[in-house]
Amino acid sequence: MAVDAAMAQPGDPLLEVRGLTLQYKTPDHLVTAIWRVHLTVEAGDRFVILGPSGCGKSTLLKAIGGFMPPVEGSIALRGRAVTRPGPDRMMVFQEFEQLMPWKTVLGNVLFPMHATGRFRGRDAQDRARAILEKVQLAHAADAYPHMLSGGMKMRVAIARAMAMEPDILLMDEPFAALDALTRRRMQEELLGLWDQLNFTVMFVTHSIEEAVLVGSRILVLSPHPGRVRAELNSDGFRHRGADDPAFSQLARRIHGLLFDAPAAEEVV
Amino acid sequence: MNVDAKLRPEFERIPADVSSLGAVERKLPPLQRLAGNVVLRRGLILLALALLWQGYAMWLDNPLLFPTFTGTVSVLVRDLVTGELLARIGTSLEVLALGYAAGVAAAAVLTTLAVATPLGSDILATLTAMFNPLPAIALLPLALIWFGLGIPSLVFVLIHGTLWAIALNTNTGFRAVPEVLRMSGRNYGLSGVRYVVHVLIPAAFPSILAGLKIGWAFAWRTLIAAELVFGVSARSGGLGWYIFEAREELQTARVFAGLLTVIVIGLLVESVVFRAIEVRTVQRWGMQR
Repeated sequence: MAVDAAMAQPGDPLLEVRGLTLQYKTPDHLVTAIWRVHLTVEAGDRFVILGPSGCGKSTLLKAIGGFMPPVEGSIALRGRAVTRPGPDRMMVFQEFEQLMPWKTVLGNVLFPMHATGRFRGRDAQDRARAILEKVQLAHAADAYPHMLSGGMKMRVAIARAMAMEPDILLMDEPFAALDALTRRRMQEELLGLWDQLNFTVMFVTHSIEEAVLVGSRILVLSPHPGRVRAELNSDGFRHRGADDPAFSQLARRIHGLLFDAPAAEEVV
Repeated sequence: MNVDAKLRPEFERIPADVSSLGAVERKLPPLQRLAGNVVLRRGLILLALALLWQGYAMWLDNPLLFPTFTGTVSVLVRDLVTGELLARIGTSLEVLALGYAAGVAAAAVLTTLAVATPLGSDILATLTAMFNPLPAIALLPLALIWFGLGIPSLVFVLIHGTLWAIALNTNTGFRAVPEVLRMSGRNYGLSGVRYVVHVLIPAAFPSILAGLKIGWAFAWRTLIAAELVFGVSARSGGLGWYIFEAREELQTARVFAGLLTVIVIGLLVESVVFRAIEVRTVQRWGMQR
């Protein structure tokens, strides 16, 4: 699961976004969602994109996923330009219905492996079972998604993405639709998995607490259109929790960055 | 408002003894279990209808207008034994299978085009809006001019009867596939036919199945009606022709037997074939209750 460092050039970042501008069309408008954003993700980062709703953070993630061509600028993964969706950037979405309802839990985890032909036969089976074990869903391998709770569905979606050993895992507010208790547990589990497997993840959220807790590096975006406001380090809070004074200090700082924006920048 | 003024007393207790209740989970009495059985309930309705029929026919006592249930069944059994009815059913089902398969294939082509290109989508929408309201049987005269008397004409009207309903439902189903499922599929690098087969078709299966059911009902109706009009190749006629012939000979019990066969086949396909598909697919997947 550890990122294969041999493939990347030394000093080459895993993901590099340069001067990226994104626009999409609604029936009446051309909306600029992201404006000249730069960012760099290194292998092993827990890179959080944080911003209020409407700051284009999901759009940014979709573009990195290859679902949206840039209007300006470039996205490069390991030095190669991103042009289309691919299993080297597995996505986990916010919605529960991202699982294929016609496949069992095991079938869902196997599906991308078979679809891409990356893992086959026994190897794929073993991998799928091992990852289900890691997210504590081995007992539900033969259940269909409609029999699972929201948190379990999310764990399957994460397992399905991780089993592909992507270069980078893209998570679009994966815990937003969960209740507070489940959400808390899932954050812990994600960090636990990261401890074991040390993957690279890009995580979109609108919750400051979640960003500080889950992230190791936080990109703060300002809204309408999304522009870089700040990039902060937040490593080391995961084992200290929200009671830590440094935690609340960082959270307050981010809050200030998000909401006390200079009036001149309030372009709607 | 003021809660602490009169605090309600706390208490703890040992759960009450339930040994007098017997088992916590008990089987319902046999009568209640039987009442929950759908097959039994529907069977009873059918039985009541048969009794009503029998009673009315016996009271009317005019077999030429309204034969009894037992009379109809005995004709039905006799024709089944002699093999005549079986041959008619065989002819009808054969033509039906041909027309239905061709209709499904045509619908698959049209909807694939509609999914792949915006133009295909517009073509499908326009064609469906034009032809869906047109009764298939109204095309029979035209079919007779183009293809003459025989199976090709029947297949033509059957295709018309099934194609639009299936295409319309399938297309609606494809459009309703959640965006995240589509994106998941594309995330794995699926595209083209593989994307349609592995993502769109299973995700839209409830709608597709509904389309297949409507298409089947249209086809069956259309076929029987068309066979009634076909008055020529008597030897190879289907069920419709069997009914028509019986009327010509004023064998009313036979007319009833023919109609009964049409109904029974319709019921069987609906409640056995399609039901089995539903249980194995959309119900197991939790897409339909």
